[in-house]
Amino acid sequence: MQTSHDTGTIRLPIGSDTDLAWVRQQVRQAAAELGFGLVQQTKLVTAVSELARNTLIHGGGGQVEMTVLHQGPVLGLRLAFTDDGPGIRDIEQAMTDGYTTGSGLGMGLSGAKRLVQEFGIDSRPGGGTTITVAAWATGLPHPRAEDG
Amino acid sequence: MQVSEQDAASEWAARKVGEFLRVRQEQIAQRWADAELFRTVFTVSRDEAVEAGKAVVDALSDVASSGRLDDITAPGFQTVRDQLGRMAASRARTGSTPAQVAGEVAELHQPAVTLLRGEFPDPAGDQAQECALALTVLMGTLRLVVMETTLRQGDELIARQRLQLLEVATPVIKLWDGIVAVPLIGTLDSARSQVVMESLLDAIVAERARYAILDITGVPTVDSLVAQHLMKTVAAARLMGAECIVSGIRPAIAQTIVHLGIDLGTVVTRSSLADALAYALRQQGIVVAPRTPVGANLS
Amino acid sequence: MTGSRRAHPSRVPVLALGATLLITLQGELHDSMAEQLQEDLTHRIAHSPVTGVVIDISGVDIVDSFLGRVLAEIASHARLMAARTILAGMRPAVAITLVELGLTLPGLPTALDVERALAMFEHGPCPDPPHPRRANHADLP
Repeated sequence: MQTSHDTGTIRLPIGSDTDLAWVRQQVRQAAAELGFGLVQQTKLVTAVSELARNTLIHGGGGQVEMTVLHQGPVLGLRLAFTDDGPGIRDIEQAMTDGYTTGSGLGMGLSGAKRLVQEFGIDSRPGGGTTITVAAWATGLPHPRAEDG
Repeated sequence: MQVSEQDAASEWAARKVGEFLRVRQEQIAQRWADAELFRTVFTVSRDEAVEAGKAVVDALSDVASSGRLDDITAPGFQTVRDQLGRMAASRARTGSTPAQVAGEVAELHQPAVTLLRGEFPDPAGDQAQECALALTVLMGTLRLVVMETTLRQGDELIARQRLQLLEVATPVIKLWDGIVAVPLIGTLDSARSQVVMESLLDAIVAERARYAILDITGVPTVDSLVAQHLMKTVAAARLMGAECIVSGIRPAIAQTIVHLGIDLGTVVTRSSLADALAYALRQQGIVVAPRTPVGANLS
Repeated sequence: MTGSRRAHPSRVPVLALGATLLITLQGELHDSMAEQLQEDLTHRIAHSPVTGVVIDISGVDIVDSFLGRVLAEIASHARLMAARTILAGMRPAVAITLVELGLTLPGLPTALDVERALAMFEHGPCPDPPHPRRANHADLP
């Protein structure tokens, strides 16, 4: 039963590495207020850092939309990173550990996916990219498939 | 046209029931206060039970007026969900099953319907019938709302207890200055390994440990997933400056590890907790030797 | 953390303790600061008799793959110039996250805190790590 509903959305621009720091701070604060535990907070903020940097470097900048989620009594955060960049040609390849087109370690997208409970990419060559992730505040492990 | 006439009739009935509930709120609540559900939950005073009953009647009236008689997500229920949840939880504490609680909710139906029929000049007429039907549907929905709330609370309770159990089941023991150990017992799934990792790392900080021993003597099987969890824990401890030793690898498990082709990499392994402790002590330059026997040659 | 948008901070301070450099990273680290630090350090090591570098990250909330790469590169540059690097004070939550992210920083020795790191330099039994494997950070099964 998907009874999630929205209660307010914040939009933050991603255009410089000062913005990256600001986005991390805002997400950290929101997660803390929703009752995320320290490890959960750290995982989420790290994933956000990877994805926001992806938006900045590969998408040429964009924005992130942060939405508070309610699923029954459980609170969560959904973050959608959007850019109008060149898009991702081969999503499967981009999600592979060690794959990189930039200067990182190639752990950005695949690593970020392991740090959140829900992860989706929508991208077309030339049509920009939207990466949406969600994480839940519950310290209880979310029932999800064991990743191998 | 038949259909829309029927629609109009049931819409009328829903509105009528909403109105009835508003007008007769006090009387219904008074009767409910004597019903088992309210009587047993609100033991302090009858007034308390009446007040709680009024709140539920109010909510039902809102739902009826909105025409969503059979919708458990109708916004009208929102105001009493917490209260219903507490009532159900209170019954559960005294040993009632969710089905028994649902039965007690069903008992609220009769007094309300009796009152409703009394509103009509002909209690058996079509209009009375139509309204009684609407109220029956509404009370059925209330029962579902209570059940849903109860079950969800049950889930939360189970999840909470599961986490508590995990924490209790993974004690981190200080074996020596700078050496901590976790004896793992039972299956090591993702949830468990998260708890193990967190407790172990916290202990490394608290005890300023250089060595952390993961003893898997009590882990029945090691598959590639368990091995992956162990490797993650070892890697995280190393990032904090502590070396991990995996001990208690029984011959059968060693065979499985080889058979599955699992690579434990550079992880230090020992067959027993004692061997692991000896290794950690030796690494720190601590030698444990038998005391020189009394009367030995002290040349 | 004030929660207000702050001016772009400039540099990470580098403290010299004899032949050891102590770098204390704190709070929000901008990408440009991390890169600047990498440059500064390489310069310092090249122009003074530095034999050890301690990077204290006890004040760092998160280490992502970018900062992870910077730290790994600082260590491998330092090693090329005969200086050893020790990463000190990583928080438990950061360690758990890094491992989940797939970064285990295999070429980088670690210590519980700065005190331990400095002691490792004094007593010297810090085994030289295997050759830096920059491309192989995902060494989990």
